[in-house]
Amino acid sequence: MAKRTPAGTPTDVTQGSRTKGGIGESTLRPDGTLKVTGEFAYSSDMWHEDMLWGHTLRSTVAHAEIRSIDTAEALATPGVHAILTYDDLPTEVKRYGLEFQDTPVLAHGKVRHHGEPVAIVAADHPETARRAAAKIRVDYADLPVVTDEASATAEGAPLVHENRDDHHAGHVPHPNIVHRQPIVRGDAAEAAKRADVIVSGEYVFGMQDQAFLGPESGLAVPGEDGGVDLYVATQWLHSDLRQIAPVLGLPEDKVRMTLSGVGGAFGGREDLSMQIHACLLALRTGKPVKIVYNRFESFFGHVHRHPAKLWYEHGATKDGKLTHLKCRIVLDGGAYASASPAVVGNASSLSVGPYVVEDVDIEALALYTNNPPCGAMRGFGAVQACFAYEAQMDKLAAKLGLDPVEFRRLNAMEQGTLLPTGQRVDSPAPVAELLRRVKARPLPPEQQWLTAGEAADVRALPGGLSNTTHGEGVVRGVGYAVGIKNVGFSEGFDDYSTARVRMEVVGGEPVATVHTAMAEVGQGGVTVHAQIARTELGVAQVTIQPADTRVGSAGSTSASRQTYVTGGAVKNTCEHVRERVLEIGRAKFGTYHPAWATAELLLESGKVVTDGGEVLADLADVLEGESVDLELEWRHRPTQAFDLRTGQGNGHVQYSFAAHRAVVEVDTELGLVKVIELAVAQDVGKALNPLSVLGQIQGGTTQGLGVAVMEEIIVDPKTAKVRNPSFTDYLIPTILDTPTIPVDVLELADENAPYGLRGIGEAPTLSSTPAVLAAIRDATGLELNRTPVRPEHLTGT
Amino acid sequence: MDFLRPAGWEEALAAKAEHPTAVPIAGGTDVMVEINFDHRRPEYLMDLNRIGELREWAVGDEHVRLGASVPYTQIMEHLRTELPGLALASHTVGSPQIRNRGSVGGNLGAASPAGDAHPALLSAGAEVEVESVRGVRRIPVEEFYTGVKRNALAPDELIKAVHIKKASGPQQFSKVGTRNAMVIAVCAFGIALHPDSRTVKTGIGSAAPTPLRARVAEDFLNAALEEGGFWDNGKVITPSIAKQFADLVSGACNPIDDVRGTAKYRRHAVGIMARRTLGWTWEQYRSAGTTLEGAA
Amino acid sequence: MRVNFTVNGRPQEADDVWEGESLLYVLRERMGLPGSKNACEQGECGSCTVRLDGVPVCACLVAAGQVEGRDVVTVEGLADYAKHRADAHPGDGCASGTCGTTIQQAQRWQAKSVKGTDSQTGEGDQLSAIQEAFIDAGAVQCGFCTPGLLVTADEMLERNPSPSDADIREALSGNLCRCTGYEKILDAVRLAAARQGRQEEAV
Repeated sequence: MAKRTPAGTPTDVTQGSRTKGGIGESTLRPDGTLKVTGEFAYSSDMWHEDMLWGHTLRSTVAHAEIRSIDTAEALATPGVHAILTYDDLPTEVKRYGLEFQDTPVLAHGKVRHHGEPVAIVAADHPETARRAAAKIRVDYADLPVVTDEASATAEGAPLVHENRDDHHAGHVPHPNIVHRQPIVRGDAAEAAKRADVIVSGEYVFGMQDQAFLGPESGLAVPGEDGGVDLYVATQWLHSDLRQIAPVLGLPEDKVRMTLSGVGGAFGGREDLSMQIHACLLALRTGKPVKIVYNRFESFFGHVHRHPAKLWYEHGATKDGKLTHLKCRIVLDGGAYASASPAVVGNASSLSVGPYVVEDVDIEALALYTNNPPCGAMRGFGAVQACFAYEAQMDKLAAKLGLDPVEFRRLNAMEQGTLLPTGQRVDSPAPVAELLRRVKARPLPPEQQWLTAGEAADVRALPGGLSNTTHGEGVVRGVGYAVGIKNVGFSEGFDDYSTARVRMEVVGGEPVATVHTAMAEVGQGGVTVHAQIARTELGVAQVTIQPADTRVGSAGSTSASRQTYVTGGAVKNTCEHVRERVLEIGRAKFGTYHPAWATAELLLESGKVVTDGGEVLADLADVLEGESVDLELEWRHRPTQAFDLRTGQGNGHVQYSFAAHRAVVEVDTELGLVKVIELAVAQDVGKALNPLSVLGQIQGGTTQGLGVAVMEEIIVDPKTAKVRNPSFTDYLIPTILDTPTIPVDVLELADENAPYGLRGIGEAPTLSSTPAVLAAIRDATGLELNRTPVRPEHLTGT
Repeated sequence: MDFLRPAGWEEALAAKAEHPTAVPIAGGTDVMVEINFDHRRPEYLMDLNRIGELREWAVGDEHVRLGASVPYTQIMEHLRTELPGLALASHTVGSPQIRNRGSVGGNLGAASPAGDAHPALLSAGAEVEVESVRGVRRIPVEEFYTGVKRNALAPDELIKAVHIKKASGPQQFSKVGTRNAMVIAVCAFGIALHPDSRTVKTGIGSAAPTPLRARVAEDFLNAALEEGGFWDNGKVITPSIAKQFADLVSGACNPIDDVRGTAKYRRHAVGIMARRTLGWTWEQYRSAGTTLEGAA
Repeated sequence: MRVNFTVNGRPQEADDVWEGESLLYVLRERMGLPGSKNACEQGECGSCTVRLDGVPVCACLVAAGQVEGRDVVTVEGLADYAKHRADAHPGDGCASGTCGTTIQQAQRWQAKSVKGTDSQTGEGDQLSAIQEAFIDAGAVQCGFCTPGLLVTADEMLERNPSPSDADIREALSGNLCRCTGYEKILDAVRLAAARQGRQEEAV
C-alpha cells in the first residue's frame, strides 16, 4: 500500500511575528487563524481516500443477558465490509478501563447499561452502515436493574460485576460499591456537643453531561507494518494508547496516535469511545475507517458527571465558628468504574470545603449501578460537595442571624490550615479575600427590562424571547459561594509530563520547536507553551508540533493540571536547552568576553545577555551549525495515598479557589430563572495568559450555571434508560441565558509551582452552581436541596 | 429513498397522488432531524422549496392568506400588524436560523402538540387550505389536529396555505421553556381579542394530545365581558373574572408528564399565562390609540 | 442523485448523493469543506450555519437535493464574501437597509482556491473583520462553534452595523458555545462593529 496521508492531518503551527510575547501577556492563539477560517482539522474532519465508515450498534436495554447475536443478514448487505462482535476480538484482552479494566470492548454475554456497544459495522457510506446495523438481531433477556444505593446494596441485589478482582474489591463493603473513602479526624460526636446550632440537609446533584460540541470521532488507517495510525480527539493520548494496544494485540509502537482537533472535552474524553472500534475495523478490512458519533450517540459515547446524594451535618457556636462536620456522599458511578475511585477521593477529601473544621466524620463512596457510566467532568467530585457545603453555610448563617459572607469569612481556611486529611495547606489560600471582593462589587441595576416608554424588553426577563412575563411575579435574589479544588493528580499518582524542545537557526533566525503530547482541547495550552519558550529561550518564533505518541506522555488535559505540569515540563526542558545553548556559546565565544564565564546569562530577544543587560552574542551566531534537542520528563512534588480507614495522607499538591456572587431574577409564579450577573473572584497564582485565564473562568462559570438551572440527563428509574439524549431535551445555556461575568483575578504566587501559577480550569465550575442556587433561595425563600432547579421545584408542582 | 423535485404546485399534487407516502420537505426543520437521527426513512422525499407561490402571502380585507412555506422570519418582519399573535409566536420558534427556514405549513404538517404556531392560529381563527388532484378543501384549524402528531390531511393532500383572520384587537402569545431561547415549549398559550365580534379566543399548546381552544373559558369570559359591559366601558377586568378565566383555561388542559415538565406544572403554567396575557391584551384594548402590533 | 450548486462562488457538482443526505454532509464529505461543523445535526446548536441564497440556515437541516441550483456560502468563503461586500458597498454602512449581497452579486465572485496543506498555519490569510475580531478578543477556545458563529455574526452586522448587546445576544441565540461563557464572543462582535464603524467614518 502506498503511503497516503489523510486530509486534515495536523501539521506544525508556527507563530511568527504577529505575537511576540512571553508569559504574562495576552498573546493570541497560534491556532486562531485556522479556527476562524474553517481550516483547523477536527477529528470528525479527517478524510482518506477509500475510507470506510464505522457504526456502533448499542444496547436498547440497560441490563440484559445476550442470548444470541445474528449478523448474517447484516453482513450480506451490499457495501458492508465487516461486522465485529465480542467473538471477533483478536486477543485475550477484551476489556479496558482508566483505573481498572472492567469495560468490555464489545458486550460479552450481557449488557450493563443502556447504549453499551454490542457490535460494530464498517461500510462504504454511513447510511449503509446504519442500515446494516439495524439488521443485526440481538436477542436480549432482561435482567433486573439496580439504579441507586438502596437497590444496589439490597439483600440479593444483582451484582453489576461478578468476580471483581480490582484493587478496591477487597476493602469495599459490597461488590456493588466501586470504592469507599472514609475520613476521620478529631471527634465529631464530641465536638457536636459544643455546637450552639446544628443544621443538616440531604442534597441531590443531577447527572450533568460535558456536552462538548465536537462529537466523538476519529480515523484509523492501517499501516503497511501491520500497525495502525489513529487520528483522534482525546484528552490523554498515552492513556488511550495503553488501553488500545493490548486489545489489538499490537506493541505500543505500532499504534501511532496523533491528536486531531478537539472540539472541547471537559472530562468527557478521558475514557475511550470509538478508538478501539475504529482500529479493529481498520485492521480487519485493511482500509481506513472513520467513525463519527452523532449527538444522540455522543450521549452514550462518554461518561457523565456523577449524580450524587449528599447528607451533611454541621454545627457552629453562636459566635459563628464551625464545630464539626459529618457527611456521607454517595456517587452513582453507573455500570463501569471509569474514574470513580479518584472522584471518590476528591469528594471525600474536599467535602469540608475551604473552611476550618477540626472534627470530621466523612464518608464518600461510588456505586456500581445499571445507570450510564459516570467519570470525569470538570470539577471531578469537588463540584457535588461544594453544592452541599455551601447550602449548609447559608443555613448556618441564617440560623445564627449572621450575614452569609461574614459567616464564611469567619471560618475560611488560609495558608497553614490543616485539612481533614491532616495535610497542611502550604500556599496562599485567600478564601476570605475572594469573598470580600465579590461582595464589594456594586450590584447590577434593578429592572433592566424597562425600556424608554415602550414595552418590556423580554430578552432581559425570565423566560426571555418566550414572552412569559413583562415583570409580573419577578423577584430578585443574591447569593454567594466559594469552593476549593485540588490541582493535578492526587493520592500518590505519578503525575508527570514530557516536553521535547529543539532550538536551531532557520533562515537566519533562532527558532524553538516545542513537542509534547498535551491534548489541546481549547484551553490554550499551545498558546502558553509558545509563551514559555519565548520567555525561557528569548526567541520570537516558536513552532508547536502536533501532539502525538512519538514523544513521551503529557498526562491528561484534566484536573486543572496542564499549564502546571506540561507547562512546567516545557519550562524545565527549555531551561536545560538554554544551558546547552550557553555551553555552545561559551565554547564558541567565551574567550572574547569574561562575562561568559562570570555573569548570570539570559536569552532575550534573540540574544545572549548578561543579567546586567550587556549583549554578548546573537543567538543566531551561537546556534549557527548547531542545534539543541532535548526531551525530558518533569513531575510535581509527590503526593500520598489516603489511608483507607482514616483518610489521612498528604494527598494533594495544590489547590485552586474561586468565589462567586450570583444575582438572579425569578419569575416566582412560573418558576423561571434569569441569571443577571455572575461575578467571580479567583486566585490564579500567576496569569500566564490573562485573556485565556478569563476565558477559562467565564466558561467554567457558565457550565456551573447550566447545572444550576437546566442541565440534567434524565434516567428512568424503572428501566435505567436515558430519556433525553439530544440537544432538544438536554439543554445547555445559550448566550441569552448567560449573564455578564465580571472577573476579579488575584495573583498570589504558589512558590512550589512554575512561575507561581495555579491550575485554574475547574474552580470556577464549583462555586457557580451553589451561588445561583443561593440567589434563587434568596428570591423565593424555598429550601431547594436539589440541582438543577426545575420550574416544578419553584412552583410546588 | 427517492428525492422528488416538483417545479410547480400542480406537479407536486400529481407526485403526491402517485406517491401518497411521499414526505413533503420545505424548511426541513422537522423532517431532517428525523432523518439525521435515523427515526424515519421515507420512501420519497418531496422538496417544496421550488414552488415559489408557497412562500407568498396576501393581505385581504378580512384575512391573510399565508403560503404554507413562508418562513417565520418573514411573518415577524412583515405581518406584525395583521397577525400580531402569530408574529409573537414566530419569534419564539427555535433559533434565528430555524426561523429562516421553518414555516406554519411545517408546524401544521408535523402537528406536534408543541408546535409554536398552533395557539396563535387557534386564537386568531384560521382555516387550512389543502389540496390534492381531487380538489381543494378548507379545514378549520380546530378540526385540523386529530391526534398526537396526526392531522386531517388525506394521504394525497398537501397544505397550500393558511387563511388567518386579520387582528381586530390585541393578541398575545406566551410559551414556557426552561431556557431563554431555542427551546421547545413545555406549554404555550395564545389569546386574541376580537372586538368586532366581542369575543375572545384562545389556544393552548403542548398541554394536551393536540393543540386546542379553551372553549369553556372563552364562553365564561365572553359572557362576563358582555355582562359587565367591559367592551364598551373599557374597565379593568376584575381579578375574580381573570382568575376564573385562568382556572378554566387550566382545566381545559389534558397534559402528560414527560422529560420537559410535569402535567401538574403544565396545567399551572398555562393558567398563569392565561391570566397574564389576558391582562396584557385587555390593557392594550383599553388604552385607545395604541398600536395592535405584537412586540415581535 | 446528482446535485449542482454554487459554493463560495464556485459551481460544484456532487454525484451519487444519497437522498437523505444533508447539505452539511455534502459540504463536509464530498466538497472538502469541513469548516461547517457537525455538532448536533438537529438544528439546536448553529455550528453548521451557512448562508443559503444569503440567508443563514443550519446546513444539517437542508436536504442536499434542496440546494440544486442555489448559492451557498460557508466559513471557508467568508473572508472573500466580506471583501466582496465591502467592495460592492464601500463605506455606506448598509444604512439604506438594502445591504447584503444579492444572489446575482454573490454569483459573480469566487473564493480563492482551497489552500494546500503546506499553508496550514493560515499565515497571510486576508481575514474578514469578524474573523479578526474573534481572534483578537479571545472568542475562540476549542473553536468548534466558531465557524457557525462567524457566519451568523457577520450576517447580523451586515443587517445591523451597530447592534446593542441585547441585539447581539438575540442574533446569536441559536449558536451554542460550551467553552467561553459567551463573554469574549460578545466582545468580539462589539469589536468588529466598532472597527467597521471606524472604517466607514474614515471613508
